[in-house]
Amino acid sequence: MFRNKSGEFSWVDFTIDVLRVLIVLAVVVGAWNTLSSGRISLAQWVNLLAAGLSQGSIYALIALGYTLVYGILLMINFAHGEVFMAGAFSAFFLAEALNRTGFLNEQPLLSILLMFMFAGLISMTVAVLVERIAYRPLRGSPRLVPLITAIGASFFLQYAFRGLYGSNFKAYPQVRALQGALQIGDISIPVTQIFVFCSALVLMFGLHWLVERTRIGKAMRAVSENKEVARLMGIDIDWVILFTFGVGGFLAGAAGVINGLFRPQGVNFYMGFIPGIKAFTAAVLGGIGNIPGAMLGGLFLGVIEAIGPNLVLAGLGIPGANQLKDVIAFTMLVLVLIFRPQGILGERLSETKA
Amino acid sequence: MKKVLLLFTALSLVLVFSLPAMADGHCMDALGCVEVGPDDPVVIGALLTVSGATSFYGEDSRGGIEIAIDARDGMLLGREIELVVEDSLCSAEGGQATAQRAAADESIVGLIGTTCSGAAQGAMPIISEAGMLMISPSNTSPRLTNDDVDAGGTYYPGYFRTAHNDLFQGAMGARFAIEVLGAESVATIHDGDPYTEGLAVVMAETFAEMGGEVVFQGAVAKGDTDMTAILTEIAASGPDVVYFPVFTPESEFIATQARNTPGLEDAELIVSDGSFSSSFAGNVGDAAVGIHMTSPYVVGEEYDAFLMTWDDMFGGAPPSGFHAHAYDAVNILMDAVEMVAEEHDGTLMIGRQALRDAISAVENYAGLTGTLTCQDESPYRGDCATGSALAVYEITEAEVAGAWPPAVVWDMSMSMSMDEG
Repeated sequence: MFRNKSGEFSWVDFTIDVLRVLIVLAVVVGAWNTLSSGRISLAQWVNLLAAGLSQGSIYALIALGYTLVYGILLMINFAHGEVFMAGAFSAFFLAEALNRTGFLNEQPLLSILLMFMFAGLISMTVAVLVERIAYRPLRGSPRLVPLITAIGASFFLQYAFRGLYGSNFKAYPQVRALQGALQIGDISIPVTQIFVFCSALVLMFGLHWLVERTRIGKAMRAVSENKEVARLMGIDIDWVILFTFGVGGFLAGAAGVINGLFRPQGVNFYMGFIPGIKAFTAAVLGGIGNIPGAMLGGLFLGVIEAIGPNLVLAGLGIPGANQLKDVIAFTMLVLVLIFRPQGILGERLSETKA
Repeated sequence: MKKVLLLFTALSLVLVFSLPAMADGHCMDALGCVEVGPDDPVVIGALLTVSGATSFYGEDSRGGIEIAIDARDGMLLGREIELVVEDSLCSAEGGQATAQRAAADESIVGLIGTTCSGAAQGAMPIISEAGMLMISPSNTSPRLTNDDVDAGGTYYPGYFRTAHNDLFQGAMGARFAIEVLGAESVATIHDGDPYTEGLAVVMAETFAEMGGEVVFQGAVAKGDTDMTAILTEIAASGPDVVYFPVFTPESEFIATQARNTPGLEDAELIVSDGSFSSSFAGNVGDAAVGIHMTSPYVVGEEYDAFLMTWDDMFGGAPPSGFHAHAYDAVNILMDAVEMVAEEHDGTLMIGRQALRDAISAVENYAGLTGTLTCQDESPYRGDCATGSALAVYEITEAEVAGAWPPAVVWDMSMSMSMDEG
């Protein structure tokens, strides 16, 4: 301890080690205080966990879009949160229409499937257009340039939707088939959350299959390993990149619908900003560029956010613990960047690239 | 040569404009006078939020002001009224910037504004220093009328408001919870905004004073969508009432998720005027049935006539709940100007201190929002509303289906202990 690689004493390493000890101590003491006080029952912990997993699966689906694009282009697509918003917003109008005709409650599964497809297609279109118009002309320029363009694209999309649909908050209609809760002894888990989690899992496995088992998936992997060699092998790189943006967009749109089912309120032009940043955090947590890492990072972040304030902060006697939920999320990001910059599962691409 | 000419012109201009004041020498006012020449308009300033997410509040107040001016055919003391509206946003910086512009304009007799309490905190030091006055139609933060700096007060001379002080609204929530709902314990949630925090604290204090138990005081962050964590913690303390005076959409998330939180299915939910919007019940859905809201309550024939005028002038209904307050505010200002102004050789002299005094002296003023009496005792310095124009509303299935506003179920006149309020 307290020594760097060459064996000398280093203040930086010392500080980081002290920080490590303090954090572990805080988590242990906080958790111990909370658990020993018994304020929150087992059933309630399970509830928190379930909500955290549902929220986490939304983060994970958005995070996949960040990670796919980073894997191929080594750029952070900061407009991705708005791609999510575009899907969520569009599917809201479809859901409204389906609800008005009564179709939503007669054929809930079919309606939700329709919403998934619609939101996915809209988000896919938006993502592909952003790539084609805003990123492709800048490919090959310094890395800062597409980053700033991404922020511009993000503002453009936000205010385009505000211009089109106004700034009021809207809410998805509630699907009656998804009301109620699954009761296991004391523990009750809302059906919506089970449904949300399962559909996210299906989408994630779908993506895994696409990347690992199909021809286009193989091309994506090839392009992410080495663009020039892939081009020599006869792969149409522009098409593969466009496809990657499309897949990321589709997942973000689906995440928009899942978000609408899970948390129906709060649909407006600005709704993509915070989930976008959280999902980016999740992608970094899991190891950016790493697909299983993004899934794990998302779920992990969701659960930490749900459980952290009550388990650690409340146990330490911090007032207004739940107001600090975002602090927990972003502290996680800082900690990962300090202690394990490659993320939980590691930046797999950099390994293959080396 | 050019410079000399310019200097000469400037000097002579100053001389010409300062002539009347010197000639009659009648302005004995401690803060100076506003002079309105024979052909000049009477200028009223307004610092309102006319852009951004909360712009509907500003539009609401502006409509009220315009109707009040229109009701006098746009004339005051034989001169035209000119309304200058500045966008003070909803922030201290916005309030400060617009206050500086207003303070530089000596023709302004008084200001209506600001929309948000935060903007007033930025604006008042400048306005007060400039000897001007401001009447707010929608600030509700208790700090603005409290002159005890140690208690967080930020009162500045020249500040008045026709909106209710949150001390009234928070206390009303507590009284309703205890007297009507028979609650014994309460949990409060705010979102860090001074307005929501102030309400939550006042509610909890009043509740405790009346013998109830405050079992939880917590906060969420603006932009949160998942309220499970805080609601689980609240459920663990088992309150009879959950009071969350936050804005939409956070209040909508809390309301929906509270009903799905084991242990809170039967808790009574109370929200404040921050959630009083026509889309609240519809967005929350079935879970909204039975939620109580505290919000401004204005009734009467005059108010009905006001609404008709609104429909004629702007179409539809006012977008928020503070238009009548703005109508009263500008009327109080115009009446005070009429009372104070003195005419000398066709020039109106309006003493700034006299104007403040005249508004401070307003008593039993019959306004749209009820009877107004401007008080001069902290923590109500400058408060002209007495809190009587507030009520508790209850959401039913009709509102979930799209009707608005809900029916009033209670107001302070039904309280068992009126005298303390």
